[in-house]
Amino acid sequence: MLEINIADLLRGDSSQWEIFFISRLPRLLAILCTGIGMSVAGLIMQQLCMNKFVSPTTGATISSAQFGILLALVFMPVSTIWSRAIFSVVCAVLGTWVFVWFIQRIPFKDPVMVPLVGIMFGNVIGGITSYIAYKYEMTQAISSWLTGSFSTIIRGRYEIVWLTLPLVVFAFLFANHFNIVGLGKDFSKNLGVNYNVTLFLGLTITAMITASVVVVVGSISYIGLIVPNLIAMFKGDKIRGTLIDTALFGALFVLVCDMIGRIVITPYELPIELIAGVVGSLIFIAMLIYRLNYGRRAIRIKSKRKSMEGSVA
Amino acid sequence: MRVKKLTKSYDGKNVVNGVDFEIPKGKVLSLIGPNGAGKSTVMGMISRLIASDTGVVEFQGKNIQQWKSRELSKRLAILTQSNNIQMKLTVRELVNFGRFPYSGSHLTEEDEVIVEKAIAYMELTQMQNQFIDELSGGQRQRAYIAMVIAQDTEYVLLDEPTNNLDIYHSTKMMQIVRRLCDELGKTVILVLHEINYAAFYSDYICAFVNGKIAKFGTVEEVMTKENLSQIYNVDFEIMKIEGKPLSIYY
Repeated sequence: MLEINIADLLRGDSSQWEIFFISRLPRLLAILCTGIGMSVAGLIMQQLCMNKFVSPTTGATISSAQFGILLALVFMPVSTIWSRAIFSVVCAVLGTWVFVWFIQRIPFKDPVMVPLVGIMFGNVIGGITSYIAYKYEMTQAISSWLTGSFSTIIRGRYEIVWLTLPLVVFAFLFANHFNIVGLGKDFSKNLGVNYNVTLFLGLTITAMITASVVVVVGSISYIGLIVPNLIAMFKGDKIRGTLIDTALFGALFVLVCDMIGRIVITPYELPIELIAGVVGSLIFIAMLIYRLNYGRRAIRIKSKRKSMEGSVA
Repeated sequence: MRVKKLTKSYDGKNVVNGVDFEIPKGKVLSLIGPNGAGKSTVMGMISRLIASDTGVVEFQGKNIQQWKSRELSKRLAILTQSNNIQMKLTVRELVNFGRFPYSGSHLTEEDEVIVEKAIAYMELTQMQNQFIDELSGGQRQRAYIAMVIAQDTEYVLLDEPTNNLDIYHSTKMMQIVRRLCDELGKTVILVLHEINYAAFYSDYICAFVNGKIAKFGTVEEVMTKENLSQIYNVDFEIMKIEGKPLSIYY
């Protein structure tokens, strides 16, 4: 690993700056975009599906995006990152649509069934992906997209992930529409919001965000599931009020996970997928335990002064 | 508003069959009838949530299905039972959505005033920053009504507004319905199971049996021993309380 330090950068060492711009800055930007993108995609998906357990991982979006990448690798052996991205986006959008179309037609008594169906559906797609990859001897090539990692991020090969930012802004503009759709079909119609158009617009945005992350970084689970739920526990479900918090916390979450991944076995690093999985599942279990003990009650942050007065009394 | 020869079938079964009536303006109209009589389906068609097979619902001289959804939502509000109450929205945020047909996501100062008034009207000012999923059933129902008030429509349609409420909150809800009509001048159409609420709080009753109108008229006209026994197929007695016919069934 190459060392760079702030003192050399400030002194204007050109080779240091080169490393900074080729590798370090892209990595940071990719981390931030990934965190923002995946958590916002999860937020929108949970609202649209009216289910707190749905996310790009549990809604077959990620596995569809990977399937798209494989198709690009198989059918266009000299594919650029852009053609892979297009294949990935198309497949992710279609996969998500099919999943949501499916869960809307089957009334589930238990909301947990929805993500379970999503996981099964995702695994079916993943199975097909593995089969095709095996058949065309692509298992090695596809593996870098199956496990998310920032270690290969360099300038010129990651810029697609920037796409997440305009998409997140777009999602913010339609935040109230998504909220209304999340309140139900009749509710939307009553307020003059076209349910189907909004639903599929929202799903398309989330699938595009997910695909543009997957094509650069690979699969990262849990962020889209945990971050929106964690923020909602404090701030509720009004997307306009939580989208920025969700995005920022998502970025922070990925950044911290990445740092952990680089520290644990320095000078080597662990893939982000592993760290995010471990940290994420711990947080998820903690959230479930909290739910069991306190129900759905929101956590209210007491103002500092009040709690200080309390301690004095 | 006029309903003309509506029919609707599901899986070849006729649920609504040639329903034809005029909705009296500025009054409370209750749709009653046994389970499966088609009253909720008729309500769905009146509110454009369900498309009819044949026949039309004429709203201000124009087929309701041809109205622009956004325009219609400034004139007609429907509250169904199938709301997602898992959502963590504050009362205020929910009521704000009532202004969505007018201003979209950018509420004007005027909208804020209307929202404020609607919340005060439903006596929810104290709890306007609470999440609706943490309210009691009666409070939550009032929050939804406040949203409908903010929506400021001439017509208000309520599908079983007393469902899942206890006697106290059901009665309160019916008093609110009456006030929506008397104080705010709205035309209110309800689907009700409890016929005595229909008798006491509405002006007109439309009774359904087997997808057809069995009886339509003022409360006095419909609430007779013979009519009700025919509609519900059980024995009825009618007695007058505060000048209004109430029924006892056994």
